[in-house]
Amino acid sequence: MTFNFKNVYINDVATIAGPYEKKGPISKYFDKSYSDFYFGEKTFEDAEVKMLSESVNKVLEKVGKDSADVFISGDLLNQIISSNLTALNLNIPYLGIYNACTTSTEGLILASSLIDSKKIKSAITSVSSHNCTSERQFRYPVEYGGSKPKVMTFTSTGACSAYVSNQKSNIKIESGTIGRVVDMGIKDVYNMGGVMAPAAAQTIYDHLKDTNRDISYYDLIVTGDLGIYGKEILKKYMQEVYNIELKKYNDCGVMLYDLENQDVYAGASGPACLPLVSYSLILKRMMKGELKRVLLVATGALHSPTLVNQKKSIPALSHAISLEVVE
Amino acid sequence: MDKEKYKKLVDNCCPKENVLINTIKSFFIGGFMGIIGQGLIDFYSCVFEIPTKDAAPYMTITLIIVGSLLTAFGFFDKVVSWANAGIIVPITGFAHAMTSAAMEYRKEGFILGIGANIFKLTGSVILYGVVAAYVFGLLRFLMFGG
Repeated sequence: MTFNFKNVYINDVATIAGPYEKKGPISKYFDKSYSDFYFGEKTFEDAEVKMLSESVNKVLEKVGKDSADVFISGDLLNQIISSNLTALNLNIPYLGIYNACTTSTEGLILASSLIDSKKIKSAITSVSSHNCTSERQFRYPVEYGGSKPKVMTFTSTGACSAYVSNQKSNIKIESGTIGRVVDMGIKDVYNMGGVMAPAAAQTIYDHLKDTNRDISYYDLIVTGDLGIYGKEILKKYMQEVYNIELKKYNDCGVMLYDLENQDVYAGASGPACLPLVSYSLILKRMMKGELKRVLLVATGALHSPTLVNQKKSIPALSHAISLEVVE
Repeated sequence: MDKEKYKKLVDNCCPKENVLINTIKSFFIGGFMGIIGQGLIDFYSCVFEIPTKDAAPYMTITLIIVGSLLTAFGFFDKVVSWANAGIIVPITGFAHAMTSAAMEYRKEGFILGIGANIFKLTGSVILYGVVAAYVFGLLRFLMFGG
């Protein structure tokens, strides 16, 4: 299902990042980054809320507004508590959403639909993830050090907000594709790249089919958080199943960290991974004129520890957003 | 593409874990831990002039304290990612799993936090350890008369 949007623009974005991201190759593009995991708060959960609130305040400051019509936000924690508590401090009408690591594009699609149908004029869409809060919820206590397989990805720490409205800017949200849930039978909780690659492939294919475009239409296609091995799986899968060769393609999980020197296994993951890279590096490149059309394909593993313990495989979902530079 | 074929594609793209090297490394590190344990037993039985049997619990307590302290200072998880099972399987691993859970849930209070979660990872070790001790104790009694 693909929507075309006529009059929706990203006015500005804000990115707040954690310590590993700070040491990564694109840290100079973030609005702010912290050197530890607590950010001066008592718990990791409070730290995530602080980071998310800061990203919202920062984007409001950048666009010079004090509010928006709707705040749409999601994160990885149970009951999306980081978003809920951020919304409590904001006093803006709030939609809380969850699609795991594809929440960022889900939020953009929802905001764009509301704006394009003239229900609202502006929205802030946000996501956050924190390595320590999600690690303890989905895996083990933070200080526990069981041995980690090479295919595992490292949950990124970051909060990203975008101010989206009908006011013209250089970056237009041109269309969005809502993905379908895919389950290819992978049960390995460490291999999320393998779980999510078919969902990304299906959404890219759906998007190209719905919009009647060739893959060469885009200057760059980025997936969310497949990691180094997931990226290779997607390329091969795309070729074999849809006969599409991914050339101008990269994965944000591979771009966020220095994989040679940082101990992050197969790369970054988490809802903040795609916006941390695309709201910083990719938008900058679009503003400079190096890229004109970009397809953001966030990828989410709809992972539940309960279902995995019950020996069920992990379903995945992916939503895409197409961004274009307007002269 | 069917699920079987996809699983093959995934397996081809992903790196294999080096089981042989990991096993050898764990074997030697685990063995080294054994030497340290034996050294501690000899040390305690010599210093306190007690029988070897009585010195063993002192050794266990020492290793648990060291494992817990290293966890609290944030070193242990880094050592494990290098030493793997060599250091997780001995009693140090048990101490590490318990302490890391306790640290994690401290913020949720002493009863519902630490109390309810300290054995989150190690609960199964305790349960099946007790069951196994009971079963083998019974077998020993039936076969050898105690």
